[in-house]
Amino acid sequence: MAKVKMTVNGRQVGSECDDRTLLVHFLRENLGLTGTHVGCDTSQCGTCVVHMDGRSVKSCSILAAQAAGSDIVTIEGLASGGELHPVQAAFKANHGLQCGFCTPGMVMTSVDMIRRHGAALDEATVRAELEGNICRCTGYHNIVQSVLAAAAEMGGAKEAAE
Amino acid sequence: MYATHYHRASSVQDALSLKSAAEDSRYLSGGMTLIATMKQRLAAPTDLVDLRHVEAMKGVTVAGRTVRIGAGTTHYDVASSAALAGVCPAICALASHIGDPHVRHMGTIGGSIANNDPAADYPSALLALDAVIVTDRREIGAADFFTGLFETALVEDEIVTAVTFEAPEKAGYAKFPNPASRYAMTGVFVTKGAGGVRVAVTGAGSDGVFRHAGLEQALSARWSPDAVAGVAVDPSNLMADLHASADYRANLVKVMTKRAVAAA
Amino acid sequence: MGVEGIGARVARKEDKRFLTGKGRYTDDMTVPGMKYAFFVRSAYAHARILSIDTAAAEAMPGIIAVLGGKQLQADGIGNLICGWMIHSKDGSPMKMGAWRPLAHETVRYVGDAIAIVVADSLSEARDAAEAVVVEYEVLSAVTQASLALADGQPQIHPEAANNIIFDWQLGDGDATDAALARAAHVTEMKIVNNRLSPNPMEPRATLGIYDDAEDHYTCYTTSQNPHVARLVMSAFYNVAPENKLRVIAPDVGGGFGSKIYIYPEEIVCLWASKKTGVPVKWTSDRTEAFLTDAHGRDHETTVKMAFDADHRIIGLKVDTIANIGAYMSLFSSATPTYLYATLLSGQYDIPAIHANVRAVYTNTAPVDAYRGAGRPEATYVMERTIETAARELGVSPVELRRKNFIRSFPHQTPVIMNYDAGDFDASLDAALAASDYAGFPARKAAAAARGMKRGIGMSCYIEACGIAPSAAVGSLGAGVGLWESAEVRVNAVGTIEVLTGSHSHGQGHETTFAQLIADRFGVPMDNVNIVHGDTDKVQMGMGTYGSRSGAVGMSAIVKALDKVEAKAKKIAAHLMEADESDIVIENGELKVAGTDKTLPWFQVALAAYTAHNLPSGMEPGLKETAFYDPSNFTFPAGCYICEVEVDPETGKTQIVQFVAADDFGNIINPMIVEGQVHGGIAQGIGQALLEAVHYDPANGQLITASYMDYAMPRADDLPSFQLSHQTTPCPSNPLGIKGCGEAGAIGSPPALINAITDAIGNNDLSMPATPQKVWLAANVAH
Repeated sequence: MAKVKMTVNGRQVGSECDDRTLLVHFLRENLGLTGTHVGCDTSQCGTCVVHMDGRSVKSCSILAAQAAGSDIVTIEGLASGGELHPVQAAFKANHGLQCGFCTPGMVMTSVDMIRRHGAALDEATVRAELEGNICRCTGYHNIVQSVLAAAAEMGGAKEAAE
Repeated sequence: MYATHYHRASSVQDALSLKSAAEDSRYLSGGMTLIATMKQRLAAPTDLVDLRHVEAMKGVTVAGRTVRIGAGTTHYDVASSAALAGVCPAICALASHIGDPHVRHMGTIGGSIANNDPAADYPSALLALDAVIVTDRREIGAADFFTGLFETALVEDEIVTAVTFEAPEKAGYAKFPNPASRYAMTGVFVTKGAGGVRVAVTGAGSDGVFRHAGLEQALSARWSPDAVAGVAVDPSNLMADLHASADYRANLVKVMTKRAVAAA
Repeated sequence: MGVEGIGARVARKEDKRFLTGKGRYTDDMTVPGMKYAFFVRSAYAHARILSIDTAAAEAMPGIIAVLGGKQLQADGIGNLICGWMIHSKDGSPMKMGAWRPLAHETVRYVGDAIAIVVADSLSEARDAAEAVVVEYEVLSAVTQASLALADGQPQIHPEAANNIIFDWQLGDGDATDAALARAAHVTEMKIVNNRLSPNPMEPRATLGIYDDAEDHYTCYTTSQNPHVARLVMSAFYNVAPENKLRVIAPDVGGGFGSKIYIYPEEIVCLWASKKTGVPVKWTSDRTEAFLTDAHGRDHETTVKMAFDADHRIIGLKVDTIANIGAYMSLFSSATPTYLYATLLSGQYDIPAIHANVRAVYTNTAPVDAYRGAGRPEATYVMERTIETAARELGVSPVELRRKNFIRSFPHQTPVIMNYDAGDFDASLDAALAASDYAGFPARKAAAAARGMKRGIGMSCYIEACGIAPSAAVGSLGAGVGLWESAEVRVNAVGTIEVLTGSHSHGQGHETTFAQLIADRFGVPMDNVNIVHGDTDKVQMGMGTYGSRSGAVGMSAIVKALDKVEAKAKKIAAHLMEADESDIVIENGELKVAGTDKTLPWFQVALAAYTAHNLPSGMEPGLKETAFYDPSNFTFPAGCYICEVEVDPETGKTQIVQFVAADDFGNIINPMIVEGQVHGGIAQGIGQALLEAVHYDPANGQLITASYMDYAMPRADDLPSFQLSHQTTPCPSNPLGIKGCGEAGAIGSPPALINAITDAIGNNDLSMPATPQKVWLAANVAH
């Protein structure tokens, strides 16, 4: 047991956990942020995707201790002041979700994708970039439409340099 | 996951001393393989020494055609290095197709080659590029570094700190992913340079990454995708599993070689 | 159609919580004092348990209890059952073996639950589970159904000789044999329908809470039908009587059939909560899901399709061996019988059909309904066979189908079903136009110039959903009725709650059902709440599967709305001193037709509850309940056309175009219906191209136990889909709805395999058409 401190959704947090605790379990069980999900054991489904220091990562494959000191954003931290983030709004407008279980990971992935590619995203790129996220409900059709719509809406949001 | 102890190293020296103080410890880089393995309870180190915060091990430098990639450089940072793309775009392309975007944000070249998964992409590139693996104590040629399935020349506490190579005149990579895992079911990295033609195959060999003499000879004689047509690839030393027989992999070795040459 | 009414593309009410991480799934639930469970499972496919030693595990840190099957049995907890009785053709009832929630004598598949470990943390529970020592006498195992029924194979349950559970038939064998004998051409095929793992992204989970002060149990669980779960756990498994058991299925992350069934874990966690005095939560990991969630399909079939000289189908004979797995899951017997053989007429007028089905135990996970449940298997048999027949006869697959289409309705098939409406030409024509079928030869030639093999394939499917008329299914062996219930509560301020026995786990009921209310009463959807998934809140209901929530669930709502409307009109007529028959409801107001007299909806509701001025003798309140029992199945149908390019060097198939033309009857929310079709097609493509459960035939170990080996469809495996709808309203329910949840998974596999075999010029190709298989098949053809 050690106290792990990090910034989550803009707030400094600290909580005792085993060194073997995964970041996803730290978020879900220690912090009560249950929007980040676990859908597989082999780092493939992407339902656990969060942002760590500005980049999308799989929180099921990172120890909470590894993330100590970092800046984490989860699905709960995306909307601000009751307004959906443009990616969230695009998923709603384009029916990019059904059961909702993969959705937090899909949305966090899409935000990161648009950050890197901006409005230049095309369908083939979106599909390739979704390699690490599995959805069983939508056949991806409307997820792709959602990401393309959000990228067009956000247009200039691409970071100038990485 | 079994219980373990986490330690964060701030330097290579710090990492060495943390490692030596622990009972059955492992270095942890991006953790994209090690954490997954520990979750499955297939690995149970008592201690983990995290190398991700050792700044000296990060970054890509290109001087002329000499490339140095810090072992702690993520796949994403290799893929998006403009300097590297200027001399050897094939390795950027390779890095941009490892795992998925999230894995590429964490996984590192050092972690990948130290693990030497027989289906990993980087080993084929380093072998074909005749790269040198730099550790905390020595330099090892790629040909001597990869010694078998999940086996390398590294000794117990040795740390890969960087890889270096001379960018060849031409290089290309083509892989055929496993339909389920998306790891390379067969990946081929080809280079043509001062040292001649090198063809390195990952994902297919039953002893891990290997060079293929017949393909190299054919491409030395004529550097063209068509040149591989008459080469026989012996399936007897290739892996067979649910998704691909040795014969099918032998076919993929040829087809991926052809496509890698076309891409180079 | 209003902006929120029937036919409107309304964005979903439920989306905000899912998009902001506020969904509440079972694993998200925590209650004070809650502990974590991990199950000890069989490492062998078939073995006798000689001993179970829990002493070392019990001594480990954080352990509350380690409990096994002997204790469970001693406490009177019953065995799991199959709820649909099938009789063999010799009249004997199906041979069901015992499925103990925790095995203590024999284990019959890898993953069979043996003991539950309850601990302070999941890690500690798992640590201790490894310390439970189970001594086995390993027995030989068999995983393939057609092997298991042979003499000399391992005997899995003593009740079922040669592992045969039933040997059942449907249709007229003599007439079919006669048709085959006089046929001008017979197309014969051997067809395997590959075993699949459903893989909803949310793994199964359950939280069992026993309250000893009240002697009451609460079960949170990932269920498509919480009332059925409660019924079965009460009536058959003896967990608790229904009044002492509350089952809550909160947000559920997909089901596809696999969450219909009651599994050992719900039962054991409830029982363990009482034994230990603490709430017990179990969440499956993905490997456990592969091992223990009910699988789908797994048929081996021989089919003979007989044609006369004019290419009319005169007979169809089908012999199927269905793998049931190690135990009979809840509806496992219905899937390969009444949900399968009854659809073997397809869209075609076939005078004689005979189907024989043998259901067989094997040392594999239980097999039950998975998206489509029997109808994908039937459609695959029909549409692969007719396509093959067209190739053998040298005629156009379009024209061969067209020649045999049923065109007059109602149509009684020789296999029970009475098709009530349809227009198969309309969907075929729409699909041909959308796919530019006529332009295919030019595209094929262009692909060939690029070194690619291009192929086109189609599938004309019909399926039966909206299950089902209770008396009819009862006569066929169902242990339950398949009606649905609804309660419509109009509050005193005019807002409305609808309590439905349907359960939404992705289908968007909170939106679609609210649209129905908005359409009927002109109230904003925001004033309507759909309540489901909690046996303490909602009256008995039958849940969501078989594309029944629109056709059956919404029909129940309509019936309740009829009653509410009638009462509201009576009140309005009384208040406005008008005749009841002159009252109309428009835009949220009750009006006297032809006058300017009007009352807002909320005022009528308020009047119902103040009860100061109601018609004489009327009860206060505005709340009505209805149970709707359908009069027939519904019959969605359509045509799918798929175009592929195969890379002959690698065998990799790329789907370059996928056209779906569906007739779902009337549609409430086209956006949601399209989403259902997208998802269904993706699962069908997954079956055809990627997915297969593999067991090691030598020892019954599951090879495809994670996403490392089980290929799930990902975004770059799939194209965007081109959809269209043709509408013949369903005459059998008030909304004219047929259902859309499964069509995509039913219609797409044969279209894809027909396209690939067309591309490579070799018809001998089984699902999934992996690159390796296609490469081999393409090279054989050369």
